[in-house]
Amino acid sequence: MSEPLERSLDRLARVRGVRGAMFVVADDGIVVTQLLMEDVNGKAVAALAASLSRKIGGAARVAGAGAVRFAQLDAAEGTLLVSPAPNDLLVVVLADPQVNVGLCRLEMTRAAEAALG
Amino acid sequence: MTTTVVEQWTAEPLSRYVAQASARIVVVMTPAGQVLAQHGFMRAVDLMGVAALGAAIMASSGALADLVGERTFGALYHAGQRHGVHLAGCRTPRGPLVVLTVFGKETSIGLVEFFFGEFAGALSAAAPEAPVRGPILAENFEAELGASLATLFGR
Repeated sequence: MSEPLERSLDRLARVRGVRGAMFVVADDGIVVTQLLMEDVNGKAVAALAASLSRKIGGAARVAGAGAVRFAQLDAAEGTLLVSPAPNDLLVVVLADPQVNVGLCRLEMTRAAEAALG
Repeated sequence: MTTTVVEQWTAEPLSRYVAQASARIVVVMTPAGQVLAQHGFMRAVDLMGVAALGAAIMASSGALADLVGERTFGALYHAGQRHGVHLAGCRTPRGPLVVLTVFGKETSIGLVEFFFGEFAGALSAAAPEAPVRGPILAENFEAELGASLATLFGR
């Protein structure tokens, strides 16, 4: 299973402005596989992205909005993108603020399909 | 929930770790099971049991690591239906310590593991040098245990 996941991360990492991409276990916040620039703390990003995803999911449920399909967090010096994937996984991308979010999302959708196995 | 400490330098790092990791129970102890600080226990008997078991698990996993040629296992994680248990050691100027963390569904092993790294660093920075200890005598042992329990539970 890991080879298709790694290939999909490789495609994500080629998007201009992407600093790291990873598959994370949604419940545990643990990295399954990752492709990161050297200065990115993958363990921290994975844990906090999974936590954020749970909280957003809870908010969406309470608001009656249903399941979250995509989350984008814009910060001054970076963008965090989170998308659910099959098998209780999340696709997490850390990127520069100017990243092409649409292209990222397309590749994240493909990555999620790769997680189907 | 109550937080009590035997050694004051553990208080600030412990309260920050509890808040950040959303931990339900935390025990900071020596590898021998002597408790330095705790969060979440109301009864001494529960704390002493958990500390003894945690220290024993760390000791046996250390022996297992030795047998398979590892210096040590970084951390142990037990996943339950409602609770997870994270057990890990850290080195401080005071000597090696063991930290047992029990957490619920409101957090995750990833978060606990991440904030444990910060906690271990904070403990190491705050710890004093190891006290010079005399030989362990039966009469001292009981007195020290009694003093620790009195500090932790105010009796």
